[in-house]
Amino acid sequence: MATQTQTSPAPVPAVNYSTRVDKVGWRPQALSLTRAIAAVIIAIIMLIPVIWMAMTAFKPLKDAVSVPPIVFFTPSMEGFVNLMTQQRQVNGEELTQLRARTDLNWADQVALSQQRAIIGQSQFPKQLFNSLVIAGASTLISVVFAVLAAYAFSRFDVPGKDDLLFFILSQRMLPAVVVTVPIFLMYRQVGLYDTHLGMILLYTSFNLSFAVWLLKGFIDEIPKEYEEAALVDGYTRLQAFRKIVLPQSITGIAATTVFSFIFSWNEFAFALMLTQDKARTAPPSIPLILGSGGVEWSTIAAGSLAFLIPVVIVTFALRKHLLRGVTFGAIRKG
Amino acid sequence: MSNIRLENITKTFKDTVAMSDVSFSIKDGEFFVLLGPTGAGKTTTLRVIAGLEKQNQGHVYFDGELSDELPPAERDVAFVFQQYSLYPGMSVFDNLAFPLRSPLRNVPEPEIKQRIQGAAEKLRITHLLERKTAKLSGGEMQRVSIGRAIVREPRVFLMDEPLSNLDAKLRESLRVELKHIQSTQNSTTVFVTHDQIEALTMADRIAVLHGGNILQIGTPFDIYDRPATTIVAQLVGTPKINLFMAHRHNGSLQVVDSPLTLPTPIGDIPEAVLLGVRPENVKIAADGQYTGQAALIEPLGVETIIHIRVGDQTIVSIVPGASPVRLGDTVRFDVPGEHLHLFEPTSKLRI
Amino acid sequence: MATIELKQVEKKFGESFAVKPLDMTINSGEFVVLLGPSGCGKTTTLRMISGLEAVTSGNILFDGKDVTWLHPSARDIAFVFQFFALYSHLSARENIAFPLQAQGVGRDEIKKRVMEVAQMLKIEHVLNARPGSLSGGDQQRVALARALVRRPAAFLMDEPLGALDAEFRESMRAEIKRLHIDQHATSVYVTHDQVEAMAMGDRIVVMSNAEVQQAATPMEVYHSPANLFVARFIGSPGMNLIEGKYANGIVHLPGDNQYFVPESWRNVLNSSLPGDGKVVVGFRPEAVDVHTDGQLHSTTFANDLHGGYTMLHLQLDPDHIVHVRAGREMRYQLNDTVHFDVKPDMVRFFHPETEKALQNGKV
Repeated sequence: MATQTQTSPAPVPAVNYSTRVDKVGWRPQALSLTRAIAAVIIAIIMLIPVIWMAMTAFKPLKDAVSVPPIVFFTPSMEGFVNLMTQQRQVNGEELTQLRARTDLNWADQVALSQQRAIIGQSQFPKQLFNSLVIAGASTLISVVFAVLAAYAFSRFDVPGKDDLLFFILSQRMLPAVVVTVPIFLMYRQVGLYDTHLGMILLYTSFNLSFAVWLLKGFIDEIPKEYEEAALVDGYTRLQAFRKIVLPQSITGIAATTVFSFIFSWNEFAFALMLTQDKARTAPPSIPLILGSGGVEWSTIAAGSLAFLIPVVIVTFALRKHLLRGVTFGAIRKG
Repeated sequence: MSNIRLENITKTFKDTVAMSDVSFSIKDGEFFVLLGPTGAGKTTTLRVIAGLEKQNQGHVYFDGELSDELPPAERDVAFVFQQYSLYPGMSVFDNLAFPLRSPLRNVPEPEIKQRIQGAAEKLRITHLLERKTAKLSGGEMQRVSIGRAIVREPRVFLMDEPLSNLDAKLRESLRVELKHIQSTQNSTTVFVTHDQIEALTMADRIAVLHGGNILQIGTPFDIYDRPATTIVAQLVGTPKINLFMAHRHNGSLQVVDSPLTLPTPIGDIPEAVLLGVRPENVKIAADGQYTGQAALIEPLGVETIIHIRVGDQTIVSIVPGASPVRLGDTVRFDVPGEHLHLFEPTSKLRI
Repeated sequence: MATIELKQVEKKFGESFAVKPLDMTINSGEFVVLLGPSGCGKTTTLRMISGLEAVTSGNILFDGKDVTWLHPSARDIAFVFQFFALYSHLSARENIAFPLQAQGVGRDEIKKRVMEVAQMLKIEHVLNARPGSLSGGDQQRVALARALVRRPAAFLMDEPLGALDAEFRESMRAEIKRLHIDQHATSVYVTHDQVEAMAMGDRIVVMSNAEVQQAATPMEVYHSPANLFVARFIGSPGMNLIEGKYANGIVHLPGDNQYFVPESWRNVLNSSLPGDGKVVVGFRPEAVDVHTDGQLHSTTFANDLHGGYTMLHLQLDPDHIVHVRAGREMRYQLNDTVHFDVKPDMVRFFHPETEKALQNGKV
């Protein structure tokens, strides 16, 4: 190995740079183990409300409201069946008849155990579907527009750039409750009240401001030399954007997607005021699930759980990008 | 290959003037270096040539054709950046192929392969072709960047400080290789650097830029031996040129704050001058005409720098190899008149 | 001024060594440079001497007194950082006075000593300015003044010129060295720049891979490198190192070259090389004489002007290039054949496997 091609000096033996993390090594391993255990305990404490909600969703009504609270119970689908269906009270003879029938499916059986019969689907599946459509569409639109806008703000000399950016951000400065009434009046005038389109537009405009800022931070971090190299190499600006910038900003796009989706999905105030029936989303309807026999906690819990699942799926699918996204982009924004 | 001409180019960013009335032409096959300190406007000049930046005034000609309105892609130039220019997430091969696969060129794949092989051999990166760029060392990355320029076979190579992020040893060896490749291919190259050694060693011609103005254009010998201004004189050469204020007195030049007196060269010399002499021209000799005291000795192995105190001034001399001079010794030395550089003290221009 | 001794000092991060067990003595008043590429352990060594980094094992002695577990503030040392580490909310004067105030020195005394160092470093005119408004060179002068004003037992400097522009670096290098000549403070100076090390050090400790490769005077390190690493690292460019095969007083070098080994080396080569006779021949670029009847031949790869001289790059074969320092007018066409000799007293030989220099007792 001693020969020398002086044009490419013999490789210097690899140095383990990980060793240069100063002052970590001396900590006894026991300490980091203790810390891990502590972290798990804290996580469990933090998650108790969520766990409790999930448990409640599977409790029969009487267990859900019992005092003192019951930890061990026989799981029941009561909450979910009540959530998804419309029922009517049955008693006396009809009840006996129904009990005698053998062609009932499991949902009917569950209803029957509460002396009820299923007469049709409830509003909830439709509302859940509305939520999905509205949140999904507004997220998609706002991310697509935001990537383009953020790229332009990051790379071009947009006249009045700073003012425009501030103006965009000002979209988020008024609390929803303040602007719902004017929007309600306007929407009624132009026929957007209680429509999917109206809600999608509204959420998009709210998400856009935040998404543009977040994504601009990410795109600022991508050295412009990459695109310039592509420009010189014979690509157009748009091709360079598609081939170089987009793949590089995946992390930022993922983080923005999650944030936008969560906002649209959770939004309550506008949905309550601006929808009624056709375009009503899930959030305003869950607290309104009131049964005949008082507050049906298991049904509400079941609704909340069903409501939680899409967000969990989206976040889980994008989790790899998310952690980096949140720690990088958000901190270095602007 | 081609020639480039810049004509009265002015470029401003808001209130700062990056280039002011810059004109020069680069010959076919020439290695042309733009040398200057940070903020001199050299990178802007390169970007104007590439079309990445649009000048406010003046014209760019490629092969005599006015090219002001051509977008970068159509100028057929290759740009090597200081850093960052490798596309991340792609293999080395794909990086090299990227310019050839552009819709503008659409080179067929077999030819792409062949061209990449050729360039890779020239740059000794054949073993890296399958690797992802994130796994490369700094030197390897910059080789690949240069490779990406070579496969293009462009009209002109534009290089923006391609070596300055590398460590000293690597910079040295890549510098020699780059110069060799350029001279074998005879490719027109414009090379930006702030490192005077890079400029002197690689250039056919150097343009020295300062504050958006061209101070001097010439061969390395011109620049080193006949600097047009004190800024050029101080910019090239290590150790730096000795520069003193001097006054004419009784037919000789009297150095300010020092008993040092030098013969006045023939010609029209003003009363006061800035007098420059390069350290290698301060010759230590037993029978030297001047005396001083050794204030500091810096032995570099190949040569030794000796700081000689003369009055309140220090004159720096460099001698080959080791020197017997010790700290505090009285040193005798000569300053041959033919190696004096004289500058006008207010304009700082060469007399 | 203190004598600093390191006894079997080592530093581990997890399982890997940042500094392998190290013995070193820095004499009182000496200027020692720790030189090496990044990650070689030089800064860690300096930080252990200062107490900013705890040793994993071993002892550090100042004037014979064990200070291994002493807090940095109790070691009576001054530390100059690469990025100046000046307090931006204080004026230059207050920055310089800061360590004295910490020691509870009286006001008049502080005033006197600040003026003293300010004069020494020629920064009287910037004393009232904030660091942010000073040039890089002046900032580092203020940082030096803050270190000097303490009159510490030892001066520790971590690449103090690393953050300066090239135009300041050369003159600051001379200033720091001159300051040391006047003050004679025991100094330990870390750098990766071999020119700085050569110019400044009374002694150079070349480090690589957490180990000392050679500790010697600049001249020894330059002319008699202990191994291939040092030979390559010192010099610009480094030593020419070419592997060949030795037999009967001749080293067969690439490109069908035969090098006749000087008489004084033959016994050493006969006795200490591996069986196949492989050997690395080393010589500095200035050790080459180019003339028409030189015994080695090569073709021109490139030649370039360095101002006062020309560097020729000659190819023995495509994989072996020899760098030659020549007169500034010496130029060759590409691929021209060039003959040259190596000055017999400037040739060195290295073992190809251990990479250590061979000794013939004369160098």
